[in-house]
Amino acid sequence: MTGITSSTALWYASRATGVVTLLLLTAVVVLGILVNRQGRLPGLPAFAVTGLHRNISLLAVAFLAIHVVTAIADPYVTIGLAAAVLPFASAYKPLWLGLGAISLDLVAALILTSLARARMSRRAWRAIHWFGYAAWPLAVVHSIGSSADARNGLVLGVLVACVLATAAAVAWRLAHAAREVPRAGRAAAALSRVSARKAGL
Amino acid sequence: MGKRLRVDPVACAGHGACAELLPELITMDEWGYPIVADQPVPHGLQREARRAVAGCPALALALTRVA
Amino acid sequence: MTDSLTLPPPALAAGGPPRGLLRLLPDAGTVPVDLRAHLAMHGPLRAPGGRDSLLREVAAAGLTGRGGAAFPVARKLAAAAEARPAPVVAGNGAEGEPASSKDRSLLWIAPHLVLDGLQLAAGAAGSRSTVLYVPRNERLHGRLAGAIAERAAAGMDAARVELVTAPDRFLAGEESALVSRLAGGPALPAYRPVRGLPRLAPGRAALVQNVETLAHLALIARYGAAWFRSAGTEAEPGTMLATLHLADGRTSVVEVPLGAGLAGLLGLDARPGPAEAGAAGPGVPSAFGPVQAVLVGGYHGAWLPAAEAAALPLANAALRPLGAMVGAGVLAALPADRCGLAETARVARYLALESAGQCGPCFNGLPRIAAAMEHLAGPRPDPRARADLERWTGLVTGRGACHHPDGSVRFIRSALRVFAAEARLHEQGRCGGTDPRPFLPVPAGAPATDEDWS
Repeated sequence: MTGITSSTALWYASRATGVVTLLLLTAVVVLGILVNRQGRLPGLPAFAVTGLHRNISLLAVAFLAIHVVTAIADPYVTIGLAAAVLPFASAYKPLWLGLGAISLDLVAALILTSLARARMSRRAWRAIHWFGYAAWPLAVVHSIGSSADARNGLVLGVLVACVLATAAAVAWRLAHAAREVPRAGRAAAALSRVSARKAGL
Repeated sequence: MGKRLRVDPVACAGHGACAELLPELITMDEWGYPIVADQPVPHGLQREARRAVAGCPALALALTRVA
Repeated sequence: MTDSLTLPPPALAAGGPPRGLLRLLPDAGTVPVDLRAHLAMHGPLRAPGGRDSLLREVAAAGLTGRGGAAFPVARKLAAAAEARPAPVVAGNGAEGEPASSKDRSLLWIAPHLVLDGLQLAAGAAGSRSTVLYVPRNERLHGRLAGAIAERAAAGMDAARVELVTAPDRFLAGEESALVSRLAGGPALPAYRPVRGLPRLAPGRAALVQNVETLAHLALIARYGAAWFRSAGTEAEPGTMLATLHLADGRTSVVEVPLGAGLAGLLGLDARPGPAEAGAAGPGVPSAFGPVQAVLVGGYHGAWLPAAEAAALPLANAALRPLGAMVGAGVLAALPADRCGLAETARVARYLALESAGQCGPCFNGLPRIAAAMEHLAGPRPDPRARADLERWTGLVTGRGACHHPDGSVRFIRSALRVFAAEARLHEQGRCGGTDPRPFLPVPAGAPATDEDWS
C-alpha cells in the first residue's frame, strides 16, 4: 500500500515538474529571442529581460533535475540513471524518453557554456547557444509521447500555449532577420536613411 | 591602480543594460551605444560595476586594471 | 664595430649604397627590377652578425614604420624575437588609402627589396612562415608570384612566402584587419584592448610591417645605419615614398628624404602672391596652377592652408603640432578653383561607406557626419548642420575598435577650419569653386556583404 502511494507520488511529481519545466523552457526561449532582438516587455528595463532569461533558465534546470530524479526513483517504471543523459537507454518508452535525454543534454551544454562564457570564444558560445532552438522542440515532443497527460485537459492547454508562444516569438525573429541589413551594409543603410531625411528638409 | 570600465565596441550591440545598471558612470548616446566615463571606478560603485559587467547580454563590458 | 653589417662602399660599377636620393626606386624609373638586376645593384642579402646585430643596426638607424603609424621598427622586431612560438611575419602592401600608390609601385618596381626585407624580418622573429598581403590585381599578383618562385628556385629564401590578396577596402590594410584576413575570415578590424603584437590565433602572434618598411630594412642590412641616417632629419631619419597629387591633376610616386620641404615637392611658390580670383581664400601659385590647400597624410590626415603648408617640411615634428602628420606620405595640392567643402564631402561619404559596420558609434556617426558635410557643401546650409557636425564628431572619436572614426574626424575637422571662408560663401548661397570636377580620387561603389570584405 505504502509502496504504491509513494510510487504514485513520485510519478505525479515527475509529471508535474515536467510540465513546469516545459513552461519555464518556453519562457526562456521567448525571453532569449527578446534579448537577442533587443525587444522589451512592458514595464521591464533591458537588464531585466536579460536577467529573467538567465534566472528562469536556472529555475528550469532545477525543475528539470527534480523531474528526472523523481522519474528515475519511481519504481513503477524502469528508467535508469543513464537514461537521463544517454538517449534511448531507457527500458520504459525508450524513444520518447530518449528525446527528453537529448533535450537535457542540450540544456546542460547551454547552461555550462553560459556559466563559463568569459572563458570561451564568442563564436563557440554563440554556436552552442543556437542549440537552444533544438532543445525546446525535443522537450515538447518528449512531453507528448512520454505520458498521456498531454493529450487532454489542462496539460494539453499548457502545451498548446507554449507552442503558440514560441511559434510567435520565432516568427517575429525570422521576420526581423529577413529585414536586417548585413554588417557590411550598415553604414550605407544609415547613409540612405539620413540623406532621405535631409532631402525632405 | 584603479579599475576602469571598457566597452568592446565590436561585441556591443547597444542593448543598454549597462547604462540602466550603472547610470553614474555609463550614459547612452543618441544611437543607444554606451559612453563610459574615462575615470577609475570609485570604491562605492565597484559592486554595481561588477553587476553591470555581468548584466551585459553581449559580454561587451569589462572591468580592467589600467596600466 | 667589426661585426657591423655596413659594407664598405665598393667601386661604383659593382653596386653599393645607392647614391643620392634614389634608394628604393632604381634610376631606371618605373621599369621593374628583376632578380638579376636586383642582385647586380645590391648584391646578395647577408646578415653576417646574425639577428642581434641586425636588431642593433635597425635600432641605430632609427627606422620607423612607413605604413602611417611610424612605430619604431627595432622595437617591433625585438618583440617578435621574444614571442613564442615564432610569429607569422606579414608584409602589408594592401594600401587601402585610394590616394596612395606608393606600396603597389614599390611592389611592382622593386619586389626583391620587399622580399629581402620579409626574409630579414622572418629571421629576426625566428619564423619560417611569411605572408605578403597585396591588393587585388592580377598583373601585380602574377609578377610577385614569379619573383617569389624565382627566389625559391635559387634557394634564396629560408622562410616560405605566401601571397594573400586583400579586399578593395579602405580598412583592408589596418593591422588587425590584415590579421583577421590571415586567420581566414574577412578583413575586419578587431578590438584590441591590449597593446603588443596582434594575435593571429590563441597563442600565435603576427609581426606586421608595411612593405616599404621591409624594403628599407633590406637596405639597412646591407649598407648600415649610418648610411640610412645620411638622409632625413635627426629625429626622423631616412627616406620615404610619397604619393604626390599635383595641382594639374597628375599623380606621381617619389622617394624623398624626411624633412623635405612641401613647397619643393608640390611645386608651391614659397612666397605666396596675391589672392587668386575665384578662390575662397588666398591661393598660392605653384608650378602646376594656383593651390588653395594641401592635404597632408591622406584621408585620415589633415588639410592645411597652402600658404602654411608651403613653409613646412615633411616631418612629424613640424606637422603634428598643427594637427597633421606624415602618415603614409600622401600629399595633395587642391587647386584654387575647386570647392574644398565639396571635395571633403565626397571623401567623407566614401569614409562613411567604408565603415566595417561593427561599432555602433562608427556606422551611425560617420554616415550622419558625411550627410551633414554634403549639406555644408551645398548652398545655404541649415545652421543646425554645423552644430550637428560638432556634436557627432565628438561622439565618434575614440569609440570604435579601430581608428577609422578618429582619422575621419581629424580630416573633416581640418576641412572645417581650412575652408571656413568657403563655408561663409556657402551660407550666402555662393561658392568659391568654379571647376566642378572631382579632384581627390574616390572609388565608386560601396560594400554590401562580408564577401566585399574578403
